[in-house]
Amino acid sequence: MVKRADGYPDALFIDRHFIHEVTSPQAFDGLRKRGIKVFNVNRTTATADHNVPTKDQHLPIKEALSRHQVETLRKNCKEFGVELYDLGHPFQGIVHIIGPELGLTQPGMTMVCGDSHTSTHGAFGSVAFGIGTSEVEQVLATQCILQYKPKTMKIEINGKLGKGVVSKDIILYIISKISASGATGFFVEYAGDAIRNLSMEARMTICNMSIEMGARGGLIAPDETTFRYMKGRRFAPQGEAFDKAVEKWKQLPSDEGAVYDVVLKYDAADIEPMITYGTNPGMGMKVTDRIPTVEELKEINEQASFKKSLDYMGLEPGSALLGKPVDYVFIGSCTNARIEDLRLVASIVKGKKKAENVEVWVIPGSKQVEEQALKEGLNKVFEEAGFELRGPGCSACLGMNEDKVPPGKYCISTSNRNFEGRQGPKSRTFLASPLSAAVAAITGKVTDVREFI
Amino acid sequence: MSKDKFTILKSTAVPLPVENIDTDQIIPARFLKATTREGFGENLFRDWRFTSDNQPVKDFVLNNPAFGGKILVAGKNFGCGSSREHAAWAIYDYGFRVVVSSFFADIFKNNALNNAVLPVVVSDKFLQTLLEAIQQNPKTEVTVDLINQQISVNGKSEKFEINAYKKECLINGYDDIDYLLSLNKEIREFDLAH
Repeated sequence: MVKRADGYPDALFIDRHFIHEVTSPQAFDGLRKRGIKVFNVNRTTATADHNVPTKDQHLPIKEALSRHQVETLRKNCKEFGVELYDLGHPFQGIVHIIGPELGLTQPGMTMVCGDSHTSTHGAFGSVAFGIGTSEVEQVLATQCILQYKPKTMKIEINGKLGKGVVSKDIILYIISKISASGATGFFVEYAGDAIRNLSMEARMTICNMSIEMGARGGLIAPDETTFRYMKGRRFAPQGEAFDKAVEKWKQLPSDEGAVYDVVLKYDAADIEPMITYGTNPGMGMKVTDRIPTVEELKEINEQASFKKSLDYMGLEPGSALLGKPVDYVFIGSCTNARIEDLRLVASIVKGKKKAENVEVWVIPGSKQVEEQALKEGLNKVFEEAGFELRGPGCSACLGMNEDKVPPGKYCISTSNRNFEGRQGPKSRTFLASPLSAAVAAITGKVTDVREFI
Repeated sequence: MSKDKFTILKSTAVPLPVENIDTDQIIPARFLKATTREGFGENLFRDWRFTSDNQPVKDFVLNNPAFGGKILVAGKNFGCGSSREHAAWAIYDYGFRVVVSSFFADIFKNNALNNAVLPVVVSDKFLQTLLEAIQQNPKTEVTVDLINQQISVNGKSEKFEINAYKKECLINGYDDIDYLLSLNKEIREFDLAH
């Protein structure tokens, strides 16, 4: 922290700033209007991800507005001297995938990006959160942001995860318990042995969706798993400097007996494969459950919004989702498009074919993930199954590029939001884990992955 | 950057009693492709306001000529989801200066405050009072007094909380960046030592 002054929020120094094409152009404009430079170009990294096509990435972007936005990013990065991992660059990809894989994300850092899923980086024990464009401008101009200390929440998951249950199910379970606004105003720390036993990729999935329960950020204390992941990453400290850094990182975890404003505890054994049925991520249930009835809602005020949501989804209150046909399967996004996710999907799909009624898109999170998938031959598995493996980007998670789910169609998606129209106007989204998405691709309907493994 | 100054606003209001209105509803992602801050108002609540062939949806409140004004009154957890500041720009550009709800998502609240849109948090009970008053008579005027942190309708009023620093910024049209730029030397030293 640079300064704490009476009557002002704290001026918090930002160690690492990521930018992308959608939320940065107006911030650069602001700098130009004020006639100022980027404070420290070494602390900002740019990539193009939200708008980019996932097919023919070597060709100019067809859609004029998207092309203009990516070109504006290029122009701004050049003018202000910011490093850009542009389309075609071997490091290009979704901003929250490339930060960790390049070692730009490090334990203990303060990190921001004009994107709410910046919470992903908290998996390394960094303080990472999403900001608006005015704040992007502040960080570019001053490397600082004005912040008040958030409230703290600890969510502990202990015990052994059941068969077919992965980290996406853990976070969907938590959000279904505390609602889409249950952690607003809080920074969340995830703890407990079920979290400790997860890989870095799996931890990132959990921290990624902190914002879906309203939390600005979510973090996990760094440990040996974190240090192993960091070692040898391109921008991580190397050699002796790495060992020194690890010693420093080991001091980061919260003290034993640290006090939190709220502590929640769950038993890993209670978590089953999850799926959402509504239009916010809090509307989730065990895949074997049925949707609540209107009468089962606790608050009368919620009934109208609940009915509106189910109307939109074309679902009946009280009905089950198992066996419900789906039209699209989207495997991708900053939540679940890391190499481990693609491996999980391939492990289920190997030697099988997709159902005829579904179209399946596999969108790797980054160029490096794509390269690794090719190296491991996962592309062959997907090809034989009839899945379409495309180039990296945010893609159908938010449908800013051509990858949109058509009106009225159902998509089982490994992404993070099931909002109305999120994957395309009038599209209908079921959020689930990569495992659940993979089995749905094979059966063509909502399926309990445990029957399959 | 000089912004509008906000002290007191008396206006009719638009009721939108839906909970968990996310920023994808306020401004869908496909309209985020502009590189300026202006013009987002025409796509505010786009997919609730217009059909896929661009016809106004008759029963959506923004298409109902009876309702209008500079105050939007919405259900709880307004502005959840994406951090897109375009949501605040769209609300401002459309002409709203105040959003009233019983609960706001954090990032949206910040973005609104940074764009001269005042988020007013009221109790569930007062929210219902407001909604009923406006729905019964669309000509009902609501007063939002930032100086005294008070919102009133039909003689009933409630105090609201706002951060003292942000209040000062809104009243004077200040910007966060002005303060941060004044710390330049200290930040420079911190960066070097870090």
